[in-house]
Amino acid sequence: MRKIAIAVSLSVFIAFLAATALLIHPFGYPPSEMDDYIIENTQSETGANNAVSAVVFDYRGFDTLGEATILFTAVTGVVMLFRRRKRG
Amino acid sequence: MMSKIVRTMASLLVLFVLIYGLYIIMHGHITPGGGFQGGAVFASGIALLIVAFGSDYLHKSLKEHHLSIMESSGALIFIGLAFGGLATVFFYNFLVGSPIFGHIPPTGSNPGDIWTAGVIPFMNLAVGLKVLAGLSAILLVMALATTIMEVEE
Repeated sequence: MRKIAIAVSLSVFIAFLAATALLIHPFGYPPSEMDDYIIENTQSETGANNAVSAVVFDYRGFDTLGEATILFTAVTGVVMLFRRRKRG
Repeated sequence: MMSKIVRTMASLLVLFVLIYGLYIIMHGHITPGGGFQGGAVFASGIALLIVAFGSDYLHKSLKEHHLSIMESSGALIFIGLAFGGLATVFFYNFLVGSPIFGHIPPTGSNPGDIWTAGVIPFMNLAVGLKVLAGLSAILLVMALATTIMEVEE
């Protein structure tokens, strides 16, 4: 019973992978025009030459806030875990 | 504490590593890199110091609660800059066109100008401060914990 369930779920998973591989867009032709917009307007809108930096800190700033929160939580956890206890 | 050769080379090389990390942080809006990457390079310099000199020696001048304060202030500066653009929208780049970092480069390839990109250099600095302090704190605290274990064994 358990082996049948594993086989069914695995075959569904592989079918989804195969379908995605067949239905993916061709390389170099992304589905949206967001990248063209960013490449054309980054320098006039944000003034940054580095489009990646402009995306990370300006267009997708909220995402960077989440990354910073993750790092803050990780550092807090590690420092709390490895804190020095007083002898005695 | 490693041998004298390692210590001498580390104390020479760490200057270049730290300056390179600060360079990557400060030029994040022109060249590849930014706050996260530059902070990681800076923390690798701290790792070099820990390997060469030992964490107890380094702990005399670099305390983990100072690093925690640096990390928290970096996060606060980042969120404060995000709130600074709240007149338009959260994370709005309100410094473009202003006298501070306000130059706008021509569209297309250009040699680059450090005085551009508005709020992005400040956000790079804040995130860089946060990442370098956070990763250095992790390295220092873990190294101190391993030395304590070695002493107790």
